[in-house]
Amino acid sequence: MKHLISVLVENKFGTLNRVAAMFSARGFNLESISIGETEDPEVSRMTIVTRGEDRIISQVLKQLNRLVDTIKVTDLTHQPHVERELLLMSLKLSKSTQHEIFELTNVFKGKVVDIKQKSITIEVIGSPDKVNTAIDLFRPFGIRELARSGAVAIHRGEN
Amino acid sequence: MHEPGQKLNGSEIFFECLRREHVDIIFGYPGGSLLKVYETLHDVEDIQHILVRHEQGATHMAEGYARATGKPGVVLVTSGPGATNTVTGIANAYMDSSPMVVFTGQVPSSLIGNDAFQEADIVGITRPITKHNFLVKDVRDLAPTIRKAFYLATTGRPGPVLIDMPKDVLAAECVFEWPESVELRGFKPTFKCHANQVAKAAKMIAKAKRPLLYIGGGVITAGGTEALRQLAVEQQIPVTMTLQGLGAFPGDHPLSMGMLGMHGTYWANQAVSNCDLLIAVGARFDDRVTGKIDTFATKALKIHNDIDPTNVDKNVKVDLPVVGDSKDFLESILNELPKSKEDRSAWLAEIEAWRLQCPLEYTVEKDSLKTEFVIDEISKQTRGHAVIVTDVGQHQMWTSQYYKFTEPRSIITSGGLGTMGYGLPATIGAAFGVTDRPVITICGDGGLMMNIQELVTAVYHKLPIKIFLINNSYLGMVRQWQELFHKEKYSFTDLEASNPDFVKVAEAFGCRAMSADNPETARKAISDALAYNDGPVLVDFRVIRKDMVFPMVPAGGSISDMLLARLNPKTMV
Repeated sequence: MKHLISVLVENKFGTLNRVAAMFSARGFNLESISIGETEDPEVSRMTIVTRGEDRIISQVLKQLNRLVDTIKVTDLTHQPHVERELLLMSLKLSKSTQHEIFELTNVFKGKVVDIKQKSITIEVIGSPDKVNTAIDLFRPFGIRELARSGAVAIHRGEN
Repeated sequence: MHEPGQKLNGSEIFFECLRREHVDIIFGYPGGSLLKVYETLHDVEDIQHILVRHEQGATHMAEGYARATGKPGVVLVTSGPGATNTVTGIANAYMDSSPMVVFTGQVPSSLIGNDAFQEADIVGITRPITKHNFLVKDVRDLAPTIRKAFYLATTGRPGPVLIDMPKDVLAAECVFEWPESVELRGFKPTFKCHANQVAKAAKMIAKAKRPLLYIGGGVITAGGTEALRQLAVEQQIPVTMTLQGLGAFPGDHPLSMGMLGMHGTYWANQAVSNCDLLIAVGARFDDRVTGKIDTFATKALKIHNDIDPTNVDKNVKVDLPVVGDSKDFLESILNELPKSKEDRSAWLAEIEAWRLQCPLEYTVEKDSLKTEFVIDEISKQTRGHAVIVTDVGQHQMWTSQYYKFTEPRSIITSGGLGTMGYGLPATIGAAFGVTDRPVITICGDGGLMMNIQELVTAVYHKLPIKIFLINNSYLGMVRQWQELFHKEKYSFTDLEASNPDFVKVAEAFGCRAMSADNPETARKAISDALAYNDGPVLVDFRVIRKDMVFPMVPAGGSISDMLLARLNPKTMV
C-alpha cells in the first residue's frame, strides 16, 4: 500500500542524493519526494511517498534511519496528518471554454495565476487525490503543461 | 606534534588529526592533488606510510590491517584515478563491515565541477558503498570532519568512510582545534540490548530442545567470543559459523559444527534444517548462508541479534529481534540463564550422526596434490594459530572447511563482495598489524594475478608473509559451476596456456619462491616457508586441476539438500 513518510534530515548538499540513491540501489519504489528547509535552517524536511508491502516499508524506514544525515523518520500513513500537493497547470484557452475553466477552477478552490490570449495557468492545492481528480477533469480542455510539487505533509495537532 | 590553538595548514592539520586518532600506519600513493600532504609527510616520523603500487592494493591492505587488529585502516590517495582505484576496496570493506577511513585528494575547490585534470566526483561515486562520506570545503572543517569520520567508521556496525580534500583546503591555514567529542544527530547506534528482549531470548533458549547458535563476524567485531564460548559450553549448544564468523568459536571444539551455507558442512546445514531454535548472533542471513529462503530452518523459532536494525527481517523473518551489540547480547543472555549444564546429548548425538554420514574427507595420492591436503597440512603445521588471509574462489571455501581456526581475527577474507585480488594486499596489511603469529595468504592463480604488483611492497618491507598459491591454472570456482550447471562449456576459465611461471615471477620481484606437486614436497615446502622469516616466500602448489569443492548447495537450492559429490566422476583428473 501507499505510505507517506516524513524525514528530518541535515540540511547539507548531497542529502537528497543519498536518500534518492538509497531508494534506487535497494529497489524501493519512490513515487514522490519533496524537500524544503524547516524552522531550523540546519534541518530540512523531506516528504516521501512510496508503495510496498509491510515488510518492504519496514526496510524503507530502517534504511532511511541508517543514513547518517537523517535525524528522524516518521511514517505518517496511520497517524493524523495533513497532506497537500500543489498543481500548476497551463491549459489551452478559447472563448468557448473560458467560462467552464473558471467555473471548474472555483470548484477546486483553485486560482488563475496567469492568463494570455490562448492559454490560462491555474493553481490547485489539495491532497494528491484531489490533484489527480483536477487533472482528469481539466484534461478535456487540453493540457499544455503541468507541474506537481509532490506531496508535503505534517502531523496534525500537538505531537 | 603541534598543540591545538596553533595556526597550521590543512596538511599539517591532517597529520595532527591522525595522531589524535592513534593512527601509526597509512597505506597510500602520492599524486598531484596531494603534493602538499606528501610535502608535510616528508618530515613526519611517527606515522609510517606504506607506498603501494596500486590504490586498490592500499584499500585491501588497510582492510587486512583493520581486520587483523580491530583498528581502523587508513588510506591516502590522490584525486581522479587514484580515488576511483579505491572503489573496489571500499565496496569490499562496506560489505564486510570493516572499519576504514579513506582520504582522497581533490582538485582545487574553484575547479570542482569543471572536468578538471584528474577530477572525479568520488563523493558521488562512493555514496552507496561508504557508511558515510564528506567533501571538506573549508580548512576549518577538516579536523571536525576527520574526528567524525573515525567515529563513524569504528562505532556501531563498522564500515568505510571517505573524506575528499581539495588541494586548496590542504594548503589553506587556520587555527587548529581538536574537537573532544563528536555530535552527530542522525547517528546513535543501539549498544545495549533491550532487557525484555533478552529475557524473552533466555526463556526461548531454556525451553529449546534442539538449539543452534549461528554466529557471524559481528561477534568477533564486538569482542564477544569469550561470552560465546561460555554460553555454548554451559548450555551445550552447538555452534555453526559464517565465513566471517570462523574463529569466533574454536574450530577444534566438539561443539563446533564448522561453517554453514553453500559450502558449509553437511552436518551444520542439517542442524540448521532440524533445529527448533536458531540463535543468530552478529550474522545477517546472507543468501550464501540461507540458500532458498522458503526452506531455511523451517522447524525453528529464530532469534536474531544484530547491531544494525536493517539486518533484522531483511532476508528472513525472525520471531525475536534483539538489536544491539553482540557482546552485550551474549553476556546478558548468560546472566539470565541458570548456570547448570543442560543435557542436550540427544541433539548432539543426532548431529554427530550427520557428521559421520558425510564427513569432510579427501584421499591422498602419492604423485598428485590436492588442495584439501595442502590446507589441512597448513592447519596442522600452524596448529590453527596463524592469521589466514584468502582470496576468492575454491581455495577460499576449502580453507573454510579444512583450516581449524581456533581464535578470533584469524581469517581475513572477502566474504560479501567476493573480490578476487584481495588476498595478497590484505595479507600485507595484516602483516603490518600482527607480528606474533604467522600471516599467510592462501590464494588462487587467478586472484594472485589481480594484485600481484603488491609483491613489491611485501619484498621492500621484508614482510615474513607466506604466499601459498593454490595453482590449478583454472578459474576453479567458475570452472566448477561451468561443469555442474553450464553444460561443461569451459568458457575462458582455463589459464594454463597463459599463466606465467609464478616461481620466476616471484623471484623477479625479489621474493623467495618454490614449488610443490605432491604431498611430500608440499609438506616440506610448508615447513620451510613457515621457518623462513627474512621476507616473503611464495610456494606454487601445483594441485590437480579439476578438483571441485563439496559439499555444495546449488545457487537458490535448499541447504538441507546438498550436493555431496561430483555428478560426473569421469571428469575428475
